Order: sequence, then structure tokens, then C-alpha cells
Amino acid sequence: MSEINQYTVNFGPQHPSAHGVLRLILELQGETISKIDTHIGLLHRATEKLAETKPYNHSIGYMDRLDYVSMMCNEHAYVRAIEKLLNVEAPIRAQYIRVMFDEITRILNHLMWLGAHALDLGATTVFLYCFHEREKLMDCYEAVSGARMHATYYRPGGVYRDLPESMPQYEVNPWRSKKEIDALNQNRQGSLLDFINDFIDKFPSVIDDCERLLTENRIWKQRTVNIGTVNAELARELGFTGPLLRASGVDWDLRKHQPYAVYDQLDFDIPIGTKGDCYDRYLVRMEEMRQSVRIIRQCVEWLAVNKGPVIINDHKIAPPKRVEMKDDMEAMIHHFKLFTEGFHTPPGEVYASVEHPKGEFGVYIVSDGANKPYRLKIRPAGFSHLQSLEKICKGVMLADLVTILSSIDIVFGDIDR
Amino acid sequence: MSLADDLKKILPESCQIESSFGEVNVITPADQLLVVMESCKEHSDLQFDILIDLCGVDYLNYGLSEWKTTSTTSSGYSRATSNEPQTSKWPLPRIAVVYHLLSTTLNQRLRVKVFASPKIPEVPTICDIYSHANWYEREAFDLFGIVFVNHPDLRRILTDYGFKGFPFRKDFPVSGFKEIRYDHDQERCVYEDVNIEPRVTVPKVIRDDNRYVGDQENE
Repeated sequence: MSEINQYTVNFGPQHPSAHGVLRLILELQGETISKIDTHIGLLHRATEKLAETKPYNHSIGYMDRLDYVSMMCNEHAYVRAIEKLLNVEAPIRAQYIRVMFDEITRILNHLMWLGAHALDLGATTVFLYCFHEREKLMDCYEAVSGARMHATYYRPGGVYRDLPESMPQYEVNPWRSKKEIDALNQNRQGSLLDFINDFIDKFPSVIDDCERLLTENRIWKQRTVNIGTVNAELARELGFTGPLLRASGVDWDLRKHQPYAVYDQLDFDIPIGTKGDCYDRYLVRMEEMRQSVRIIRQCVEWLAVNKGPVIINDHKIAPPKRVEMKDDMEAMIHHFKLFTEGFHTPPGEVYASVEHPKGEFGVYIVSDGANKPYRLKIRPAGFSHLQSLEKICKGVMLADLVTILSSIDIVFGDIDR
Repeated sequence: MSLADDLKKILPESCQIESSFGEVNVITPADQLLVVMESCKEHSDLQFDILIDLCGVDYLNYGLSEWKTTSTTSSGYSRATSNEPQTSKWPLPRIAVVYHLLSTTLNQRLRVKVFASPKIPEVPTICDIYSHANWYEREAFDLFGIVFVNHPDLRRILTDYGFKGFPFRKDFPVSGFKEIRYDHDQERCVYEDVNIEPRVTVPKVIRDDNRYVGDQENE
């Protein structure tokens, strides 16, 4: 048998388990990895530079396209930074709506992650279950904003509009019978809140189904337990945040420790792992989905009984209603100024962050008093996590690299920006 | 006792400490940066264990407005923008590096800012203190051309292989200098000079907004 020497393998940038456009240059000793050189930036679109050339509100849509599986959470960090600069606060109803959609987004993200992670380890069924559920949440996005993914729903000072009173329904078509259509429309008879209520009643059993397929599954455990272990000390050293930090046993969640919006008025728990291996990361995210359901339920209950404005009444920041503009000169001028020039922020610098499904997502804005940010820096959650790959994966098998890579949940929209 | 008071005692005297928008800022001279970072991480009253973010800022056009109203023309929105070169109003060195620190044990945040030397922007690396600063420093080098002295592996990270220039500096145009396309005759990708006319959709306007006058006086 010939002697196996060290050799170099190019992994990606077009590889199904590279989760986008990641390129790794791997130096292998047999099947063991001795060195990784990570190449990123293949999806770099200079979002930050583009935002510097546009009024504040024009860039909300760019935020959706950063981490394109947790759209509204990105928007939340951005509008929170602007609100901090302007020293305004969104009305309480808008804050509940934001929290509800943040948690819907968290479930969206974790379902995407679970499906892709399971697929990477060879379990196709889970992927199909996850995407079936994601579709319903996409419908919530569409009902509220008109877009399935890139919502542009949050605005400085609130949200674009109130929750709709009716859900769009399927129409009879040549491919489905009336009976099938009626069954599909069964949970769409009421408002959006009724639809979400119906979803959170049924969703925990879907998590149970996925857990039955995976949690005690021998192959799943063999592939994930004790793989990519990161203890609490190392996790801090590597700059982890979010579920990765919690899986390593650090009790840290911005929703609890630096609460924003209305998280301090809601009742939920923070799951924490013990070992920090891929299996713990899986368990932490599964429990986070259950906790998100708890938060959504409390928001739905609150929103059903408490009506009120969803955006502030300051027309220097939020546009006046169309109706007001018909016979109010002041409203007309405000509208014109806001849409041709935008609003101005006071000079200064702020940093605002949210507990994004992947970790801490922050926005740092330097303002010189203009209608555009002077400098916008996006702090993506995945950047530090992906950087740690070189350290965690030294000496592991090639097959485990794929497990570790998908367990850290990366999306290139936000790493490359 | 507040974080700002703690910092005044712990950090070297040459550091400026101020609070605005409920956040604590430290501006440190470049030669004190390593001392400041070391104490931020190790001191028992600070314990900033995670470097949340590191980024460059180019202050070249700070406070300069593009707005110049002239009589109306038929050339669209661009009529109101002045493309004449303006001299910078910024009194300090042009390039700064901004660090955001987080302490998960004491639950506090801090922003540290350092201005790089003017000719070739140079700042000492903090990779030995926060090892995950590595990629962030590479990014700041890539986009702003800030040289992090003693960095273990200072290569470009986000831009294309063989890219020239520092794209996030204010004197670099948004449309860039080179574009790439697939050439059917040569059967390969070719780089060419960009042929996009720079265009301003909404000019940058700075107004003396009376609502914020009070805020600035307090700072």
C-alpha cells in the first residue's frame, strides 16, 4: 500500500454543505484535517458603503438581505440604532408586534438550520418537515408586509402597518378540488393573529416529531455527540455569542440580560448546554423554538386585546396618513420632505444590538447630522463563529468538519455583507 | 459607581472618557492601545471578555454636505449636488479604528476608539489579547488600508482576489474602478474599467436642526 502524504483539498465555493459560498483550503493528513484556510467574501456586496449613500429609510430593505433567513431580526437592530440616535421609542403595540415577529423569525431560522443540518448528516425527512412549517411562517410575513422573505416591515418609530384583520385564502384552481382548498383554508378564516394562534397550537407537536427522529437516534448521536466541543472558557476566547455561547454553558442572552422592546415583560426561559458539542447546540436550538412559541403566545394574547398606534405620530420621522394629506398642507409638506430628503439624525455615534437567532447582531452608526448615515457598520453574528472553524476543526476528521460547519449555523449574506 | 468613573481610575490619564446616548466611549492614543485593551480584559472591575466588533471609520468627509441649490435644470435630481472637491473639516487624523467590547460577567459595554497615524494608518494589533480580533483586523485592513502592526496574517478578506485600493474610504467611488464580465471571444472572464456614470439619487444634506441644539450643548 502506498504511503499517504499530506495533501491539499479545495472545498467549495459551490458545495452543498458549504451553506452558501464558502471556500476552504484544507490540508489533510489522510482523512484528518491539519490546517484550514477559510476564504470568505464571495458574497460581499458592500452593504455598508451602499447605506452611506442613501437616506436612512432606504437601507431597511438591505438589512433583510444580510442574513436572509432571519430578515426581521436584522431590521430590528437597524431601526433600534436609528431610534436610539433620534431618541424616540416605538409605541407599545409596535414593540409587541416586533417581538412577535422576531420570535417567528427565530423559528424560521432554526427550522432552516435544523433542516439543513439534518440534510448534511443524511436525514432527509426532517428537512421536509421543517420546510413544510416554514411555509406557514412565510405566509405570516406575506400577510403583514406583502413579501414572503424581504419584508422591510420595521420602520424607525414603529412598524409599517398594523396586523391585517383577514388572512389571504387559497382559491379554487384546476389542480385542487374544492374539498382540498377548503381544508387548506380552514385555519385562514380569521385574522392573522388567529392564524398564528393556530400555528403555535400545532407547532410543538412538529418539534416533537423532529425530536423523535433525531434526539435519541443512534446515528445522529454518533455524528454529533462529542464533536466540535467548545467549553465555556474557549467559547468566550473565540468570541461566541447566541446559541453557540449558550450551548457551551454560558448564561448569556440579550433578551434577558440587556432586554430591549418588551422582552422584560414576557415570561420565557433560556436553555443552556453543558458540554458545547454539536449535540448540545442542536438541543439548545430545539428548546429555543419551544420558548419562542411561548413568547409568541403571550404576544398574541396581548395584541388581541390591546389596540393602539403602531408607529409614532412624529411626522418628521414617520409619514403622515394618506387621508391627512388630502386637506392638510402641513401633512403634505412633511410627506414631501420625508420622501425626497428623509429625516436627519443628531450627530453622534450609537451601537444597538438584538439577540438574533444566530447570536448578537449589532448595528453601529456614526452620524454627522445628515440625512444619511456617515458610517454604518454591521456586526454580523456569524463572522466570529466562522473564524473559529480553523481552531475547532484542527485534527478532526473531514466528515466531522461538515457537522461542525453546519452546527455553527452560518449564512453568507451576513458574514460577507 | 458608574463604568465611566471606574475607567477614569483604571485607564492611563491620556485617555479621554465620555458618555453619550447612554454609551461609554474611550478615546485612546495609539501607543496606549495595548495597555488599555489589556486592562479592559483583565481588570476585575471591567472584565470585557468578548470583542464584539472592530471596524475602521474614515472621517474625510465628516460634516460636509453635498447640497447646493441652484436654479432648476432638466438634468434630474443631480442638479442639487455639488461635485466640487471640498476640503475636509475634520480636525483629527482621518482614519480611526473603533472597538466594541462586551462583558458577559459584569453585563456592560464599552467603545474604544483610536486614531491611526495620518500618513500610513498604523495601529498595533490586539490579536494577542483578543484572538478573535484576527478577522476583524483583516477586514479593516482590506476595506480601509489600516495596517495592524504585528498581525499574524494580514491579508485581504472580503474583496476579490487581486483587488486594488481600499473600497470603504470616502475617496473611493461607490461604483468602483473595475468591472468583470465573461468574454465570449476569449472564453474567459475579463476585467475592464467601469463605465457607470456616478449618480446621486438623494443628496446628502446637513441642516442646523434646532431640535438637536440642546443635545449638542450638553455633550
